Amino acid sequence: MEREALNRLQWRCTRRALLELDLILGKFLAEEFPGLSEDDKQVFAVLADMEDHDLWPLVNGTEECEDARQAAVVAMLRKSEVRRPQ
Amino acid sequence: MSIPVRKYDAVIVGAGGAGLRAAIQLSEAGLKTAVLSKVFPTRSHTVAAQGGVSASLGNSEQDHWHWHMYDTVKGSDWLGDQDAIEFMCRKAPEVVVELEHFGMPFDRTDEGKIYQRPFGGHMSNFGEKPVRRACAAADRTGHAMLHALYQRNVRAQTQFFVEWMALDLIRDEEGQVLGVIALEMETGEVVAFHAKATIFATGGAGRIFYSSTNAFINTGDGLGMAARAGIQLEDMEFWQFHPTGVAGAGVLITEGVRGEGGILRNSAGERFMERYAPNAKDLASRDVVSRAMVTEINEGRGCGPNKDFVTLDITHLPPETIMKRLPGIREISIQFAGIDPIKAPIPVVPTCHYQMGGIPTNYKGQVINDTGATVTGFYAAGECACASVHGANRLGTNSLLDLLVFGKSSGDTVIEDMASMPKAHKELPANFADKTLARLARLENQTNGSSVNDTRLAMQRTMQNHCGVFRFKDKLEEGVQKILEIEKQVAITEIKDKSKVWNTARVEALELDNLIEVAKATMICANARKESRGAHVRDDAPDTPEMPNGRNDKEWHKHTLWQRDGNKLSYKPVNMTPLSVETIALKTRSY
Repeated sequence: MEREALNRLQWRCTRRALLELDLILGKFLAEEFPGLSEDDKQVFAVLADMEDHDLWPLVNGTEECEDARQAAVVAMLRKSEVRRPQ
Repeated sequence: MSIPVRKYDAVIVGAGGAGLRAAIQLSEAGLKTAVLSKVFPTRSHTVAAQGGVSASLGNSEQDHWHWHMYDTVKGSDWLGDQDAIEFMCRKAPEVVVELEHFGMPFDRTDEGKIYQRPFGGHMSNFGEKPVRRACAAADRTGHAMLHALYQRNVRAQTQFFVEWMALDLIRDEEGQVLGVIALEMETGEVVAFHAKATIFATGGAGRIFYSSTNAFINTGDGLGMAARAGIQLEDMEFWQFHPTGVAGAGVLITEGVRGEGGILRNSAGERFMERYAPNAKDLASRDVVSRAMVTEINEGRGCGPNKDFVTLDITHLPPETIMKRLPGIREISIQFAGIDPIKAPIPVVPTCHYQMGGIPTNYKGQVINDTGATVTGFYAAGECACASVHGANRLGTNSLLDLLVFGKSSGDTVIEDMASMPKAHKELPANFADKTLARLARLENQTNGSSVNDTRLAMQRTMQNHCGVFRFKDKLEEGVQKILEIEKQVAITEIKDKSKVWNTARVEALELDNLIEVAKATMICANARKESRGAHVRDDAPDTPEMPNGRNDKEWHKHTLWQRDGNKLSYKPVNMTPLSVETIALKTRSY
């Protein structure tokens, strides 16, 4: 992905309405995203464009993802652990 | 050097609740209105508000705006301005019903009225007993509100500039505000929005603290711009903290966890709240619990290798209860603390939640300058503004109310003020963009400078350690020196990416320019206020019979004003003259 597109995605991952998603999407983008297939990268970009209150229940597991392609990326996001030193 | 200029009747910076509510007034009145936002409007942090919006509708039981006013004055620890508080509480039913008509899907009673629930601090008959005053849309009140307001703006044809960052106010020699200079992220272009009226609705600056429940977007851009333009900031020492943010991450663990039986423990596993609040224990008020937690940590009974957090224990609850009654909490703990709360306690610390101070305004949303006069052409509303309705501590559900009431009133005032303004735009001063362009050029050309991330982290840790929920004289004094040192690093931030288009590194450096102004104001104001009041609690101003809760009305019943140039402080009296009712006289705040 080109720098411009990646930076735009980074902005949309780390300037969310909810802190929870800033933390999870930001870390995922930095650490997991580069290793994804091109298809999964596209799916992730679609997920990142979702409204926070639609995406957050999927990521924290209180709702199930009905789209099979998205579900695989959502499963990766669910496994993502975000910890900083206190 | 010149930059492109676009002319509007009004420009609003920020598209959260306050900005969108103001925009409705202006667009529906036919004014050509531009709304600038760093993100798509429905991504604003207003979305995160869950609790509700208060209004004395009296749908469930008898209620009155005067009782709401009393609760707000008391919540503010008598630092709120009583004219503004009366205005807000009287307007509350009107703006909530209006929002209902905009399509807000409020929860309803069986009869179809807006359902109202009790919320901490809301009482009937001047503090007598709890009253149901909070109107909500499930746990998505802020989200639903923002959508209703956005749709109304689409109908009114408000013009949005999405993924634009405002950089600086434009002020002329007479002090009049003539718009803002802004950066379009997609192109890197810097443009002037020349307007007869400028409304700031840029939200809070909770990211000045290391542990914050605020999303990353809350970088105090409006406060930074106002401070650089010579506008004072008011009551910046007052920040509300939530007792249970996940240590490190800041993500909120709802009070409901303690409501279901969660217990706070120190490193010895002791249920320490039994010592601080023998009756209420873990369910004591937010500030009591937060202070107890900090005392445990400061006295060496914190947990973890650095002994810098306590734990919230729900391991004694049946797993079914955790899953059923506390949905999402297990997942939050696993994702943000690496802890399964069924098996181990959750690490928590008091976490910054809400900014009570801000850009000084009156209840009409007009910004006030250092002489007490209004700044022509400049208005502010919402968390970035200080009307002041929250005073030293905000009452729950009054933040969403603040957005609606002052968003609307600032819009109405712009319309009124514009009627007496000349039809033509006042001319922009020569070289109005010079300072902004110099700031951008400095960033562009900086070599051997400091890292934005490292500097921001140093600022956040300094604020957390020296100016947190419980404050100490020595720590504050040291904190002032440290934050002034960090300011020097902010002045020499360096970015490696010099590209024009979608340069997020540049935007983050510009955000830090704003954060540091708020951090300085907060630390300096907190160091100066030698009493405890509301959310500002000092170890050297303890609860005594002469000064209950450490509050010193004789010397400190006044608003702080911080001026960026020279870090000068001045003070102004609290407005104790409501618009139509009698003064709510000073009294000890106890619940």
